[in-house]
Amino acid sequence: MNTENLIALLVAAPLLGAAVLLCGGRALDRVGHLLGTLLAAVSFVIAVVLFSDLVGKSPHDRTLTQHLFSWVPVEGFQADVSFQLDQLSMTFVLLITGVGTLIHMYSIGYMEHDERRRRFFGYLNLFLAAMLLLVLADNYLLLYVGWEGVGLASYLLIGFWQHKPSAATAAKKAFLVNRVGDMGLSIAIMIMFSTFGTFAFKPVFDSVGDTSQGKLTAIGLTLLLAACGKSAQVPLQSWLGDAMEGPTPVSALIHAATMVTAGVYLIVRSGVIFNGAPDAQLATAVVGAVTLMFGAIVGCAKDDIKKALAGSTMSQIGYMVLAAGLGPVGYVFAIMHLVTHGFFKAGLFLGAGSVMHGMNDEVDMRRYGALRKYMPITFATFTLAYLAIIGFPGLSGFFSKDKIIEAAFAKGGTEGWILGITAVVGAAVTAFYMTRIMLMTFFGEKRWVPDEQGNEPHPHEAPSSMTIPMLVLAVGSVFAGGIFSLGDRFLKWLEPVTGHTEGHSPISTGAITGATVACMLIGMGVAWVMYGRRDVPALAPRGSLLTRAARRDLLQDDFNHVVLVRGGEHLTRSLVYVDHTLVDGVVNGTAASVGGLSGRLRKLQNGYVRSYAVSMFGGAAVIIAATLLMRAV
Amino acid sequence: MSFPLLTATAALPAVGAIATAAVPAKQRTAAKWLALLFSLGTLVFAAVIAARFDPGGNQFQLTESHAWITDFGVRYELGVDGIGVALIALTALLMPFVILAGWHDADPQETGSSRWRPTQGFFALILAVEAMVIVSFEATDVFVFYIFFEAMLIPMYFLIGGFGDRAGPHGEKEAATQRSYAAVKFLLYNLVGGLIMLAAVIGLYVVAGNFSLQEIVAARANGSLHMATSTERLLFLGFFFAFAVKAPLWPLHTWLPNAMGEATAPVAVLITAVVDKVGTFAMLRFCLQLFPNASKWATPAILVLALISIVYGALLAVGQRDIKRLVAYASISHFGFIIMGIFAMTSQGQSGATLYMVNHGISTAALMLVAGFLISRRGSRLIADYGGVQKVAPVLAGTFLIGGLATLSLPGLAPFVSEFLVLVGTFTRYPVIGIIATIGIVLAALYTLVLYQRTMTGPVKPSTEGIADLRVRELAVVVPLIGVLIFLGVYPKPLTDMVNPAVQHTLSDVHKKDPKPEVEAAHK
Repeated sequence: MNTENLIALLVAAPLLGAAVLLCGGRALDRVGHLLGTLLAAVSFVIAVVLFSDLVGKSPHDRTLTQHLFSWVPVEGFQADVSFQLDQLSMTFVLLITGVGTLIHMYSIGYMEHDERRRRFFGYLNLFLAAMLLLVLADNYLLLYVGWEGVGLASYLLIGFWQHKPSAATAAKKAFLVNRVGDMGLSIAIMIMFSTFGTFAFKPVFDSVGDTSQGKLTAIGLTLLLAACGKSAQVPLQSWLGDAMEGPTPVSALIHAATMVTAGVYLIVRSGVIFNGAPDAQLATAVVGAVTLMFGAIVGCAKDDIKKALAGSTMSQIGYMVLAAGLGPVGYVFAIMHLVTHGFFKAGLFLGAGSVMHGMNDEVDMRRYGALRKYMPITFATFTLAYLAIIGFPGLSGFFSKDKIIEAAFAKGGTEGWILGITAVVGAAVTAFYMTRIMLMTFFGEKRWVPDEQGNEPHPHEAPSSMTIPMLVLAVGSVFAGGIFSLGDRFLKWLEPVTGHTEGHSPISTGAITGATVACMLIGMGVAWVMYGRRDVPALAPRGSLLTRAARRDLLQDDFNHVVLVRGGEHLTRSLVYVDHTLVDGVVNGTAASVGGLSGRLRKLQNGYVRSYAVSMFGGAAVIIAATLLMRAV
Repeated sequence: MSFPLLTATAALPAVGAIATAAVPAKQRTAAKWLALLFSLGTLVFAAVIAARFDPGGNQFQLTESHAWITDFGVRYELGVDGIGVALIALTALLMPFVILAGWHDADPQETGSSRWRPTQGFFALILAVEAMVIVSFEATDVFVFYIFFEAMLIPMYFLIGGFGDRAGPHGEKEAATQRSYAAVKFLLYNLVGGLIMLAAVIGLYVVAGNFSLQEIVAARANGSLHMATSTERLLFLGFFFAFAVKAPLWPLHTWLPNAMGEATAPVAVLITAVVDKVGTFAMLRFCLQLFPNASKWATPAILVLALISIVYGALLAVGQRDIKRLVAYASISHFGFIIMGIFAMTSQGQSGATLYMVNHGISTAALMLVAGFLISRRGSRLIADYGGVQKVAPVLAGTFLIGGLATLSLPGLAPFVSEFLVLVGTFTRYPVIGIIATIGIVLAALYTLVLYQRTMTGPVKPSTEGIADLRVRELAVVVPLIGVLIFLGVYPKPLTDMVNPAVQHTLSDVHKKDPKPEVEAAHK
């Protein structure tokens, strides 16, 4: 059997799981979670088989394709269901199925007491299938199906506790904001089709050289819009914080490790297009730089542990988008940071879930404190992931983030300095907010209070189905970056697909690393002064203007509310009025002036039976008159 | 002489209508089963049409032709192309579900209705509409088409005016008045359209000397029939106006929300999913083929109106408080897409528009019929009267969500394919219009998800506590429709293979070629 025939099975296994779990009845309640986890694991095993097959081939011959069937054949328009597995998609497939399987496992314990657990696993399987479709598609239209599929899974999972109005609202918001991004993807595909006559990766990339830079810029910018939606980048970032309404495993898998990185995949996958469009590249780098600061600032102000981590996710993806915007200098490092981030951010979220699990679902860090004594495994794994994300030398995040900062400086000129310094300052802020989370959660005095039902929290370590995934992710958080960097393994693996040029930064790499580490230490120190040395107040102090703005997501939601929500309501309300009075009135009035219809219309309303008779007569008369008229002509 | 398959497919529901009406007053259940049986028989016939149709063959197939009114060259001429086959299949497919969904809609109420055999009448009228719609999709003689295009107003009028939901908060009398108003408005709008078309039909006869679509097209192509530019434009406008009312195109749309709001859900489906499709179908078949030059002349204006329909309909849907009116305005937005696809005059646009007609029919049926099941449980059409339904009726909520996702054209479900084809097909010729139309993508998500959120999520309201989940009969309606939506979303090839050649014929009649891609990409 040829290994390429396995590609479809990667998608088929979780898809089957989703179908069985969602359509199957209550009879499956007892085994649903096991079935879902098993199928995720099957997918992971297939991924490993395919990976070993790819590794055995020569570096420039590592693309497998599988054509399933012709999807939408219309004159001149060819969309196929066919897959392409190369080093880039392989990297994603391993991340998605690997982290995915771990989080399925974790959810068995986390969702144990939820009566709709079977459905939860059905949605998780659906997500895996869609995400795999996204990274395996060999054309943009099929990618779009996966793209929206993960959006749907995200919608269903954010709103999993639909009885909570806040969850339902957050789910809707996520879908809507993503739809704005989808406009971008739609338009990008439309431009590709009218320019190239196709939207399949290979033919498009092969003919990029024959088209104008303007067209490429347009495609690049619309793809960037799409990426902003899915990856929660400014200005479409507002949904991610609210998305934390979903169960925590969902936040870990979808809103940290995999789905939100789809935008980075899209940009790196379309690297050939961006390479020909410097303006689109610059826009991408700027979006990344702005978001990395935006998310970091928001992350500093949140007291909700998940929302603080969500700000961090935004910020870290900002790093990746920044790297992707730097072109061939940065593509590899964008993906490398994406993978290491997948490990430590998933680890952080699972840790947060474990804390909430032991604390009666409390999310306010001001009500935590001193938890290191009660949850040693959670504390240990969280700490390792924490050190990884702040870029502590030797851990995963250090290697991947450092490379991005170097690449940013290497862009050269004023732009290079601005982007580079932003990235370094971002590292300091990252260290600050992550240290703050650590201190508020695990150190200091305990600040627990009984919940609304008066239950005193009894923090305890989570069951092993939850701690094992955390331990595995902690191992990845520690070692992945080092292994990837050893002998430039990751670079050599991805280079045939993404291309790579070595950057030349204006200052030595040693100086950059030194500055980054120094900034990290400053961030940690400031956080220790504010939250370690002093007691954390159980109620948030009023805070500076910036703090208050940051708590409200830097007022972007308020802006949206005033301009889009309120404005939109006024618009639709007045349109309803206009439609009822003006449009209806004018058309009826015109008719009235022609045949006095409106008067008749009014009269007809009065009698039920009479209206029957008159109108039936009217209808029949016209038909008969028509026939007679024809005879008379 | 071979078996007249097309006549038989239209005649079967007509016979069914008479047979159902003739069932004795007390045998209501028998009448329902009889109607269902006839609609299933029609579906079998439609399947035979689809099987015997050869996409690679002549433009019109299974043709029948008989002299009718010889003095005026009216011939009873039928024939189908791929577009006609697709729409006949849609009609025949939906009808059993419409009947099944409306199973209890015409049961006499305990208060003692004065209606004469309402049940028999209801199902007979539905079958009568089916017969007339099918003839409209088959007719290649303009006069025959016109007769049935107009005649279907009569049964539709009675279906809208005579049968409605349970009385609203203002009592049966007020509800009856509203219904009556909606029915009369429907009738008058369409009659006015029809009268103007009648004038154009007569005008066409004066110019061409006969009513045969194929003869007129052939005569125009070989130059033996010359039409003055102004004549052609006037005739085009006469035809187009009637179809635009039916379709409906902004600003002639205001009858639709009234009609769909007041009618029972199955009848609303009949209106928007089936009857209105005759309008967009006729634009493709008659406007474009009979008047190619005038069609091209009017294209810019029509595209703008279609674009307004798309955005305006969607915005109005967002502002609705009534579930059924919301679906009606969503349909107006979707009809904008269909008309845009037709007049973009590209292969992708017109194939997309034809697919859109089929897919919109199925997706709206799914959404509207589930909405109808919901409304029948609570007796209110107001969104605000619901909340938390997913907790008490998860299957109902789930199917409603799938219907909604189809309405917002989620990839993987059938409407995505057609909507994207329309957008791409429009963009290659009119990029600005194509880009503006993508706003519809966002707005569709807005009205659908807001509707779902307000009715299905949140805490259970006291008024929704007793809502039961879907029953077997209702599942039998919804599940197959969802199955078709998924199948055509994943594998629309059977449909596109049938439609493509017909679209190529139409485009060659209009003398339009697809714009070439800027870079002739290196295909493998």
